[in-house]
Amino acid sequence: MLAKLLNKLQAVGRSGTEAIEAIGRATLLLKNSLFWGGPGSAGFYDLLTQIYSVGVRSLIIIIVAGFFVGMVLGLQGYNILIDFGSEAALGTMVSLTLLRELGPVVTALLFAGRAGSALTAEIGLMKATEQLSAMEMMGVDPFKRVITPRLWAGIISMPILALLFSAVGIWGGAFVAVDMLGIDDGAYWGNMQSSVEFYEDVVKGIIKSVAFGVVVTWIAVYQGYDSVPTSEGIGKATTQTVVISSLAVLGLDFVLTAVMLGGV
Amino acid sequence: MAVSQPYVSVRGMSFSRGDRLIYNNMDVDFPRGKVTAIMGPSGTGKTTLLRLIGGQLLPDSGTIMVDGHNVPTLPRKELFDLRRKKMGMLFQTGALFTDLNVFDNVAFPLRIHTDLPESMIRDLVLMKLEAVGLRGARHLSPAELSGGMARRVALARSIAMDPEIIMYDEPFTGLDPISMGMIVKLIRGLNEALGLTSLLVSHDVEESCAIADYLCLLSDGRVIGFGTPEELMNEGNAEVRQFLRGEPDGPVPFHYPADDYRRDILAGVN
Ligand SMILES: Nc1ncnc2c1ncn2[C@@H]1O[C@H](COP(=O)(O)OP(=O)(O)O)[C@@H](O)[C@H]1O
Ligand SMILES: [Mg+2]
Repeated sequence: MLAKLLNKLQAVGRSGTEAIEAIGRATLLLKNSLFWGGPGSAGFYDLLTQIYSVGVRSLIIIIVAGFFVGMVLGLQGYNILIDFGSEAALGTMVSLTLLRELGPVVTALLFAGRAGSALTAEIGLMKATEQLSAMEMMGVDPFKRVITPRLWAGIISMPILALLFSAVGIWGGAFVAVDMLGIDDGAYWGNMQSSVEFYEDVVKGIIKSVAFGVVVTWIAVYQGYDSVPTSEGIGKATTQTVVISSLAVLGLDFVLTAVMLGGV
Repeated sequence: MAVSQPYVSVRGMSFSRGDRLIYNNMDVDFPRGKVTAIMGPSGTGKTTLLRLIGGQLLPDSGTIMVDGHNVPTLPRKELFDLRRKKMGMLFQTGALFTDLNVFDNVAFPLRIHTDLPESMIRDLVLMKLEAVGLRGARHLSPAELSGGMARRVALARSIAMDPEIIMYDEPFTGLDPISMGMIVKLIRGLNEALGLTSLLVSHDVEESCAIADYLCLLSDGRVIGFGTPEELMNEGNAEVRQFLRGEPDGPVPFHYPADDYRRDILAGVN
């Protein structure tokens, strides 16, 4: 009985120390790869290539998802607001919801699934096929060559994608509200324009999406770099990327929202 | 052991993975300009030794001198410089960059480390590819290569920067006899043409004896035999001879340590 209990305790302790070790390794990876320059460092062209594969290739899913989310917001918002006779505020509601919350958060979740998992799999595969070791033995630092441009591509792409998501979403909301439900388009756009504030709403949303970009990309490259170099290990790391970065985004979103609203 | 001026010199080196001691206070010298085959049972730590020499792993203690530089204590930047200027490594799978074609794989180190104009890089790459007989395959992608071709491209890539030492990790494994013959010829040829120091990890006794100047036999984390193939074949101890002749049982037991067989069988379930 006691032995069983002790075993349980040990297991808890072990997973605790493992988690702390992983955080340590991830921090070390960030320290080694955040800054440009070093043996065989990647250049501007590599950054562009990575922005293409991380960002541009996520465009379709972001645009389609943004449009649907915006349409749903328009529908739901209309049905809530009409009870209060304030359906003219629909544009405000849709745009604030998107800019402050859904834009950054949903984009980050989609980004984790689309780009994050691909990054993990790519780096994991490079590790498993000894491409990273081979680079090292050529005097090229894989952190600077492989990780740095991918990390920055993610950090740069995320806020742009999130803004795009919000923009398309607002347009989707307008499509439902104005074209389908017959709300006056002057009311939709005019109320939005007068109530959305650049710093309070747009900039704070951008800050969020940059933070999410850092977190998701960091987790993705770390999971790839730290993966067990077998097909099984890479599969597991890919799943981990999506699960951990989704939870991290939602948790961080609460913290950032609390800090930005100045409440709690 | 008639070794003058070793290129790689390991002294008092210990290395462990978890609880397992892979090298215990090991000393070994690899002579300059020669082909030395490192042999031993799977899992003894041959790949580990190459990674230690290349500075990808750090020993728990001891020195690993490569051409006068103690690899484990080199600062990161100097370690990368040493690798760039002096070392080449051929990985077992080739480790070609899957997103680049054959030409770009070989050009990769040149483009990163030199400011040579593209026309010069082209000449150099074609020279290296010609040396491994694959100049005509320059446009293929790694996925289109056979195992033997991939290894030859990787070889061309690892000599692109004209290293002084080249380490081959099991270059013969999984190759058909013809590809194997080509690799054997290339390793020997490169060694003679460029005066490279070559370390060759292999468990293929016949091929290794054919191309190596020296054999270095590892077992249980120590060197159990070092010398020319003839010396070891004739004068080596029982363990060495067992390995070289491929006898299934001898000082290295066929059986993994176990309880008495009879008792084990009779014990039944539980
Ligand atoms: N990344 C690793 N993590 C833990 N143990 C390892 C790792 N790589 C190798 N080992 C262990 O180290 C020992 C030596 O491995 P290795 O050098 O690959 O052997 P060899 O190349 O002689 O077959 C093996 O027992 C192997 O299980
Ligand atoms: Mg090995």
